[in-house]
Amino acid sequence: MALVLTEEQSMLRDSARGLISDKAPVAHLRGLRDAKDTTGFSRELWTTFAEMGFSGLLVPDQFGGSGLGCVEAGIVMEEIGRTLMPSPFLATSVLAASALSRGGSEAQKAQHLPKIADGSLLAALAIDEGAKHRPLQTKLQATRAGNGFKLSGDKAFVVDGHTADLLIVAARSAGSAGDKNGLTLFLVDPKAKGLAVERTAMVDSHNAARIVFDNVEVNADGVLGEVDQGFGLLEGVLNIGRGAVASEMVGLSDEVFGRTVTYLKERKQFGKAIGEFQALQHRAAQLYIDIEITRAAVLKALQALDTDAEKAATAVAVAKARAGTTATLAVQEGVQMHGGMGMTDQFDIGFFMKRARVCQELFGDSNFHTDQLASGKGY
Amino acid sequence: MADLEKFRAETRAWLEQNCPAEMRKPMTSDGDTFWGGRNAKFSSDAQRVWFERMRDKGWTVPHWPKEYGGGGLDGEEAKILRQEMAAIGARQPLTSFGISMLGPALLKYGTEEQKREHLPKITAGLIRWCQGYSEPNAGSDLASLQTRAVGDGDDYIINGQKIWTSYANYADWIFCLVRTDPAAKKHDGISFILFDMTSKGVSTKPILLISGYSPFCETFFDNVRVPKSHVVGTVNRGWDVAKYLLQHERAMISGMGERGVGRPLGQIAADSVGADAQGRLDDAQLRSQIANFEVDEAALAAAAERAVDLAKAGQSHPAFSSAMKYYGTELNKRRYEILMSAGGIDALEWESDRSRGGARPRAWLRTKANSIEGGTSEVMLGIVAKRILDLPGA
Repeated sequence: MALVLTEEQSMLRDSARGLISDKAPVAHLRGLRDAKDTTGFSRELWTTFAEMGFSGLLVPDQFGGSGLGCVEAGIVMEEIGRTLMPSPFLATSVLAASALSRGGSEAQKAQHLPKIADGSLLAALAIDEGAKHRPLQTKLQATRAGNGFKLSGDKAFVVDGHTADLLIVAARSAGSAGDKNGLTLFLVDPKAKGLAVERTAMVDSHNAARIVFDNVEVNADGVLGEVDQGFGLLEGVLNIGRGAVASEMVGLSDEVFGRTVTYLKERKQFGKAIGEFQALQHRAAQLYIDIEITRAAVLKALQALDTDAEKAATAVAVAKARAGTTATLAVQEGVQMHGGMGMTDQFDIGFFMKRARVCQELFGDSNFHTDQLASGKGY
Repeated sequence: MADLEKFRAETRAWLEQNCPAEMRKPMTSDGDTFWGGRNAKFSSDAQRVWFERMRDKGWTVPHWPKEYGGGGLDGEEAKILRQEMAAIGARQPLTSFGISMLGPALLKYGTEEQKREHLPKITAGLIRWCQGYSEPNAGSDLASLQTRAVGDGDDYIINGQKIWTSYANYADWIFCLVRTDPAAKKHDGISFILFDMTSKGVSTKPILLISGYSPFCETFFDNVRVPKSHVVGTVNRGWDVAKYLLQHERAMISGMGERGVGRPLGQIAADSVGADAQGRLDDAQLRSQIANFEVDEAALAAAAERAVDLAKAGQSHPAFSSAMKYYGTELNKRRYEILMSAGGIDALEWESDRSRGGARPRAWLRTKANSIEGGTSEVMLGIVAKRILDLPGA
């Protein structure tokens, strides 16, 4: 498969870019932040996303979606990254849709997927518990009770957990922290007794949640996939999420870079455009090269997720690790090259820096994925 | 798609049957590369057999037209052949500057007669080419070159000196930049010309490098007579040909790290620093360096694949090879710094049989030229800044 977008994919990119740049430029995020909006995104815009077929992009045709793949999801994420549009797309349309499509029973799919596609159901994936992403270390306890389970423990950094109508929760039903066996995924109603959701407004003006589970009852129908054997399903879903976030970081990096190059051509000091200085030219060129190489690595990973599950894990580790370091460099160079203006809230560059920091932590930072690669290769 | 899958299956079967086992092992010395030429010698029977079979198939240069001795493969087919060769670790049957540099320039700028004369001899490994570009006072500022070609009837008389001419002492012919109009602006008076290295007045002198090897030469021209018909492209417009060829040279150099890769770095390091029960290296910093390197290496491989696909789709920027050249060469230098660190004192021996004559430290030193030859890293960044990013200034 060629590492370039097909004609259909280019059209999808153009339509996503048109909508997002028109309806949700960075000013949209800024407005929500300044209004201290507790939803943190526009429900109206989410309806438009559904009407355009984006919310059900990964949902199979028979459940009302478009049945497209990870490359297409990545295309939308890249455009989201360009304007930092806050959207349920990642949590609901990428993560939850993938988890349900891959692990759900026919009844679970029929119940939830059409609602994801039509935009009426918001979902969130609850994985992290500590300060760093360590899915194998999951401790939240699932204890058998009656024909179901009781869940007790804490989750943090649940993206869009504050607005979710449905939670997908990773829990330990057997073994101990660090074991691959003994993990189970559950579908949980956030309104269930014993469950407390605290909205956490994050540095990037996006929202997540901390969720406390105190003997929350889930019946057997709430198990997603197989009891104790949820790690494979979870890893598969996380890898799709990682590829998607890597795409968002490519879009973010590219946008910051474009704005910075424009500034280098406009800003004059010592009687000339600062872009004439070789010290800045070479740094800009290095950043361009980093972004283009990362873009290829991310597209490679997205294609692998769609076609070559065996190679996907390594390709995703490479993509997420690269995207993290590239985005980190891009936003730092962006602020530095904008000089004092880059430090002001009035300029948008700071929003990109904040979002890049959050994207780094989402589903494993560069260190995590570099370590994964090394372990995967046996050293 | 079905046709391509069929091609893949046939290619795999053909390679399986025709590539000798010895030619599937990683290359460990210079002798493992077959360069062709009038004085070519095979280092083994397997090398000869592999070369001849691939030549007869047209696969020494799979993507060139069949009429010039190539394989006539389209972009997708050539990619499949590369993938299938990589899958079994098959070596390149023939390496030459004729393939990687002159050929593309001839295909674009050469006359039909020039193509028919030179390309088949390249694909058949009969003629080995060298590149006459740099001069003692024209390195990064290549266009200031001073080698003169003065018209004399149907010929030019060429006088001057080139430097860093790779393997000039083994080459049969040279593609050379000469100044045909000294009055014109420096980029405008240059011509691109071909001539036989056995011509009267050509001499070469190898340069001893820090690796202890002499892959580069000084090349001298003393009243060398060359027919005017040997100019490629338009007289005084040789800079266009030179730049086009440089794009291919840079693409080649950026891929140098991909060749002859032996055992994985993690295993090499495990031999010297040891590993714990889970197989993790007992040197956390080295492990981290290797892992970071391998992330970047995998990303670069994807970018190289994408660059070819973009070119095929007509979406590539002509200066992008400079971006790849910069990144690929800096990465290859990193690989060898890691290899030296992983090898510790074992990587310091210079002469012993045990160290195969100091192969590793010599290769390490060789890589330092990667970011100089074919345009320095700094020149590459300048090209990207100006031609791709359109930043202002000279």
